[in-house]
Amino acid sequence: MSPRRTETGGRIDRLRTIRFTFDGAPYTGHAGDTLASALLANGVTLFGRSFKYHRPRGLLAAGVEEPNALVTVLRGEVREPNIAATMVEIYDGLVAVSQNRTPSLAWDIGALNQLGGKLLSAGFYYKTFMGPVIGPLKGTRFWMFCEHFIRRAAGLGKAGTAPDPSRYERMNAFCDVLVVGSGPAGLMAAKAAADQGVRVILADLEAHFGGSANWSGEIIDGMPAAEWAQRTVAQLGGNDNVRLLPRTTVWGYYDGNTLAALERVTDHKETPAKGEPRQRYWAIRASTVVLATGSFERPLVFPGNDRPGVMLAHAAERYVNEYGVLPGQRVALFTNNDSAYRSAVALKKAGAAIVAIVDVRADVSNDMRRLAGEAEAELLDGHAVVATEGGKALTGLKVQRFDATGGTLSGDERSIHADSLLMSGGWSPTIHLASQAGAKAEWDPARQAFLPPRPTQRWIGAGAFTGSFSTAEAIAEGRAAGVSAAGGTAAPAALPIVEAAPGDPDPAPVFEIKAKGKSFVDFQHDVTAEDVRLAHREGFVSVEHLKRYTTLGMATDQGKNSNVPGLAIMAEALGKPIPEVGTTRFRPPYTAVSIGSLAAERFGDLKPQRLTPMHDWHIANGATMYSAGLWYRPMIYGLPGETVEQAYVREARATRESAGIVDVSTLGKIAVQGPHAAEFLDRVYTNMFSNLAVGKARYGLMLREDGLAFDDGTTWRLGEQEFLMTTTTANAGKVMQHLEYFLDVIWPELKVTVTSVTDEWAGAAIGGPNARAILASCVTGTAVNNATLPFMGIVHGRIAGVPVMICRLSFSGEMAFEVYSGAGYGTRVWEALIEAGKPLGLVTYGLEALGTMRIEKGHVTGAEIDGRTTARDLHLDWMLSKKKPFIGSAMMDREGLIAPDRLELVGLIALDNRPLNGGGHIVEELDEDNPHDSLGHITACCYSPALGKYIALALVKGGKARHGTRAFVSDPLRNRFGPIEIVSNHFYDPDGSRMHG
Amino acid sequence: MLITCPYCGPRDVIEFTYQGDGNRERPQPASQDLDAWNAYVYDRLNPAGDHNEIWQHSGGCRAHLRVVRNTISHEILSTAFARGGHKTESRS
Repeated sequence: MSPRRTETGGRIDRLRTIRFTFDGAPYTGHAGDTLASALLANGVTLFGRSFKYHRPRGLLAAGVEEPNALVTVLRGEVREPNIAATMVEIYDGLVAVSQNRTPSLAWDIGALNQLGGKLLSAGFYYKTFMGPVIGPLKGTRFWMFCEHFIRRAAGLGKAGTAPDPSRYERMNAFCDVLVVGSGPAGLMAAKAAADQGVRVILADLEAHFGGSANWSGEIIDGMPAAEWAQRTVAQLGGNDNVRLLPRTTVWGYYDGNTLAALERVTDHKETPAKGEPRQRYWAIRASTVVLATGSFERPLVFPGNDRPGVMLAHAAERYVNEYGVLPGQRVALFTNNDSAYRSAVALKKAGAAIVAIVDVRADVSNDMRRLAGEAEAELLDGHAVVATEGGKALTGLKVQRFDATGGTLSGDERSIHADSLLMSGGWSPTIHLASQAGAKAEWDPARQAFLPPRPTQRWIGAGAFTGSFSTAEAIAEGRAAGVSAAGGTAAPAALPIVEAAPGDPDPAPVFEIKAKGKSFVDFQHDVTAEDVRLAHREGFVSVEHLKRYTTLGMATDQGKNSNVPGLAIMAEALGKPIPEVGTTRFRPPYTAVSIGSLAAERFGDLKPQRLTPMHDWHIANGATMYSAGLWYRPMIYGLPGETVEQAYVREARATRESAGIVDVSTLGKIAVQGPHAAEFLDRVYTNMFSNLAVGKARYGLMLREDGLAFDDGTTWRLGEQEFLMTTTTANAGKVMQHLEYFLDVIWPELKVTVTSVTDEWAGAAIGGPNARAILASCVTGTAVNNATLPFMGIVHGRIAGVPVMICRLSFSGEMAFEVYSGAGYGTRVWEALIEAGKPLGLVTYGLEALGTMRIEKGHVTGAEIDGRTTARDLHLDWMLSKKKPFIGSAMMDREGLIAPDRLELVGLIALDNRPLNGGGHIVEELDEDNPHDSLGHITACCYSPALGKYIALALVKGGKARHGTRAFVSDPLRNRFGPIEIVSNHFYDPDGSRMHG
Repeated sequence: MLITCPYCGPRDVIEFTYQGDGNRERPQPASQDLDAWNAYVYDRLNPAGDHNEIWQHSGGCRAHLRVVRNTISHEILSTAFARGGHKTESRS
């Protein structure tokens, strides 16, 4: 048996031995132990080194608030740093290591920092490393020199670099009542709510439900409290309407009573069972939440309060009663309230000698004197601890007379030999979730604590959370909260009877003993009482500033121990009462949350892929695919040995010489239908659509409300009240939303429906001198000659028996047709066209050739309609109707939008016959070393087979006025400089004779 | 945050797209009052408290809703179709 393990008691299973290692040394513990309790049982006192000063640190707490004993848990290659040893359940093969020490925990060179204490006081970084360089060791440059060493020396555990192989899971849950915390209050609330028949979730961050009942040593309903808790949990577990979530930290309270929780499903297991995730993220939507989150015991602030062996009183009680581990043999207690007396009795019962109870109060009650007697402890009332002794373990302490009202010490120091000092500075309700839910905590002068605010969301508090620290109150409040949360009213049978030690819940208002030496407020960030006073002397009065300047409460424990003592010390320095100083707002998460759990299954490439109906054909026929938004489109259909440029030049040239076909199924397609469809389009487009004949299409331009260009495309009038609008591929969603907005919000009187039909149609554009002949050879049911199918005309017919709709319009500048069929028949129509085209030299072409031909024609796309250009900038002012208002018409003529120096669309020709780059700038005079005075930039570029030159479209100041002039491209990023000629954007066939045929 | 769509019932906020301040008045289409247009296009109220907003149920029925939301508590006070018709009050 370990030196500190008691013979009996606790919920550990002494028959089951578990083997694990800490810092490489093998240890054993029992089933039910945490890493903290198992190491404590083995006589380990030193758990870690502190953040700044590298002081030796032991266990302060027994639960989630532990600031000192942070360890890194290793699983294979994966390391998880900064986990409280108090929250690690041991399993066979557990490997844990301590942190922030070099080379070992016992011999740490960083401890030298203690010698330079003044150097590392509050604001050290700001004072040393910010601002101008005055003196040799100051300023930002000095920081850049020191950063490497400081980052190594300060801080906590190191994160791993190996990928995390664990699986995480995400769950949504809905319930009528969510109970957070499973102490007596939470258990009663869950039971009462469950008895009303509503859906209940009970969550607790500990492995075992019961909270304080597991270690209070009290009697409930005639049985030990721990047994009562077990029975209650068993009853709850038998209900279909109750879900029990142990090891589940509710860490966030969000709008609409949505709470976030993290369930540690397999962290306590050597090997997870099949299918089990490591952790599970729960998004819980609860009609009502019962907050029964208990309270934290506060440390007292006095010199040497961080020495290993100084522990919170309830934590010692918990180690004894729950884990059967005595933190020491000769135990002293130091308190400002009654609760420590119960702890003294518990340790005495377990076999420790209680050498003294040091109480800051002179007026200790008779009940407490009786408990001190029961513990056979010397009661030093009106005394305070002024120093502790020992190195890596406590050996003794010094006490002095203390006047609690004035905070003054007097008389001689007296030494007491002890190996454990238990402190209690009163209790703070765990109000984090209530604070997150949106309201300010209120200071209660009697309890000397911030109590939960009035609810702003649907939650009810119960037990120690509300400042009701006795178990009897917790049970009564818990049941009332459970009944009320479930919407019940009837008071059921009598409440369980509690037998507990007496005690006044109100502490003396003493937070700090001012004596010589470092007195720690925030153990994890090494913030001392003197740091807080220094911050005050340097002018920090707001509690939010104090927090940031000293980093009080900003460590991973988020000030669970230190917030209230820190505020109290600040309040004293300011000469103000605590409520006037105020408290900081708690924010999620309550404790650290793994990123893995937040991502859950959502990692890797999550983009959906949109594939056109002809996708498989493209792949099978050698297309190199290109992702355009979510779509995949053929970039080129390369021949063996061809470069991309060779392929697109060949495809574009062949299209202009014979014919080419391209998949245009990705264009956005919106059915606009209804009696007011034409009127609606007149308002949406800059040009007229109401005068468009049925069976004809028209090119349309849309502006945004602010008058800038938005999107373009052709819209086809299929019937008097029916239009098929096409949009650019990229803007299909935006245009749809734009139309829906105007119909819903602005013009609800218009009888129009809009329906996205992008995925209903397969589209193929076939263009070139032979395009009409190819169509004529495979279309039945209609002629495609100039009379039947003029430019912008629409006909219906069949190809390979499939009904098709053909519109004669051109993006390539050739005589061209878009052939639409039902998406399911897209490949059939496509293959029929390919087959018909074989004798006439038809090629398939991809996006590169499409882009090349559109640049040659000077058509605009999203690269030019970039959200900054107007219709005039793009020379589309001929489309701005003067006969009617349209979206953007009122704003498009604003001063800045018609200014003469705006960037306008032009064409560029590279005079050095080298490729141009998108994004390259245009300048009048070349200055390669000092590029400046940009006139504009290139939006699209290619090699033009039609011109035999490298050309580009660009947005350039002055625009048309510069046609025929020379300038230079200046592209320092790609080191591309050279002469260009500015020309019209219509490079090729400017009068459109080829497409009009 | 849950928004109660009059068609679809209470749905998570991720199904919705915020479509801006619902207090804006669009001038008559033919209006040449640039100040009015400017206010409509660029001015937004940003109250700390109840706010009239437009949301689209873009991941659902795609209807635009007029939503009264408290910008401090994120409580949704009412939702209604922007086109008019059914309205849901939900202040508890």
